[in-house]
Amino acid sequence: MGARDLIRTFSLGELRQGLAVTLRYLFSPKITVMYPEEKTPQSPRFRGLHALRRYPNGEERCIACKLCEAVCPAMAITIESAEREDGSRRTTRYDIDLTKCIFCGFCEEACPVDAIVETHVLEYHGETRGDLYYTKQMLLANGDRYEAEIAKAREHDAKYR
Amino acid sequence: MEAQVLHFFEWFWNLFGLWDTLWGLVKPVWPLIWVIVKIVVILVPLLLAVAYLTFWERKIIGWMQVRIGPNRVGPWGLLQPIADGVKLFLKEILIPTKADPWLFLLAPVLAIAPALAAWAAIPFFDGGALANINAGVLYLLAISSLGVYGIIIAGWSSNSKYPFLGAMRSAAQMVSYEVSMGMALVTVLMVSNSLNLTDIVNAQNHGMFKNAGWNFLSWNWLPLLPMFLVYLISGVAETNRAPFDVVEGESEIVAGHMVEYSGMAFAMFFLAEYANMWLISAMVSVFFLGGWLSPVGFLPDSILWLLAKMSVIAFGFLWLRATFPRYRYDQIMRLGWKVFVPLCLIWIPVVGIWMMSPVSVWK
Repeated sequence: MGARDLIRTFSLGELRQGLAVTLRYLFSPKITVMYPEEKTPQSPRFRGLHALRRYPNGEERCIACKLCEAVCPAMAITIESAEREDGSRRTTRYDIDLTKCIFCGFCEEACPVDAIVETHVLEYHGETRGDLYYTKQMLLANGDRYEAEIAKAREHDAKYR
Repeated sequence: MEAQVLHFFEWFWNLFGLWDTLWGLVKPVWPLIWVIVKIVVILVPLLLAVAYLTFWERKIIGWMQVRIGPNRVGPWGLLQPIADGVKLFLKEILIPTKADPWLFLLAPVLAIAPALAAWAAIPFFDGGALANINAGVLYLLAISSLGVYGIIIAGWSSNSKYPFLGAMRSAAQMVSYEVSMGMALVTVLMVSNSLNLTDIVNAQNHGMFKNAGWNFLSWNWLPLLPMFLVYLISGVAETNRAPFDVVEGESEIVAGHMVEYSGMAFAMFFLAEYANMWLISAMVSVFFLGGWLSPVGFLPDSILWLLAKMSVIAFGFLWLRATFPRYRYDQIMRLGWKVFVPLCLIWIPVVGIWMMSPVSVWK
């Protein structure tokens, strides 16, 4: 340890250097986003609350192929299917347990008919146990409510698919 | 002050012709009442300052981390400490089954009592101490070394691993740094030739810089600069603040001695820590920064100077916490015993020789 190091140590050189950094940041502009008044921008690929979509004529897209159920790594999806009067195969039950879901988006990728999608919605909550267990009716309702935004996000992302 | 207050009450109650009767009743216990009044006048602002130091800490650390800190409760978040206090007050005080319930509840009291009792000797302005005792320094050292008992008893009575580790660490750390703190104070005692805190402040009020109007250069911090730094750093270690907070050591032993505490029992430790920060700030101000003395000749001495100096030191505590990572335990011991104690042992004779030499600045 040379004389220079000794002087630096006993004059707390390193400490003063560190303190200068924090003092500079004390006066720097703050980067905090004041949620919920301010929000950060969202990607069109954002994976939020799930929805089941319909065709423009009102027919539900889902054909009960169960690919999403098979691919789901969290096993959050439960599907039961039956033949409808017109002979087509449809789901009688399509449940997603959002408390199990990890929002990986595999269900959306697996779907051959773009029926199950993840929307941009992230501000939802449940107040009692079971509130986050979404049934087919709830998912279809989500699809009906957010169809415009869902279609826009899919259109925006279409050229990369 | 006392005479003026008495005079006011005499005038007030004489409006109803009741003064003589009342004074007859009150006179035997008046000294007691007067002391209690002074205690309240010191403690209420102190506890408010403690509450707002927690808020100020969160703000400062937030700003230094390019955040804005708490700002939702009340205007600019100013009611945050009140909300925190209400929350802690309404929470249950859990006592672990295997804990020693009496010691477990005694520990927070032992932690906060010395932190508040020490203020009795602090002079806020000339003659403005609750107890202007001649052994003021001794009293402060004695009281502040009692604080460690709260932590040790908390750690032992919790009957749990992390609190016990925290207690062991605090015992070693606080004892080590009291040594260097006391030794740093020896130089102050030497140059001011008194153990009385008021005299120590007044002893800083003369010298050639004082005569030139640069009062702040004749305070103890400049001639005793190494001891000032030793005292300041030991003070940080003594209050278990970052970067010497191995006693709490959030990332290693969760919260040390406070792990098993909840509600007001926890709040007592919390208040004690921040009251100790203010206490160390006040002690540094009194011993090294001239207490209530004005820094320049053309401004009058006032308690406001003391408060300003305390605020600057307290800001330093927060600044250190925002800047430095935690010392390792063996590094803390090394700094205390192998750096500070030898430094003090060298500096005490140096100051002694300086005082005896012709170039002494304390004549």
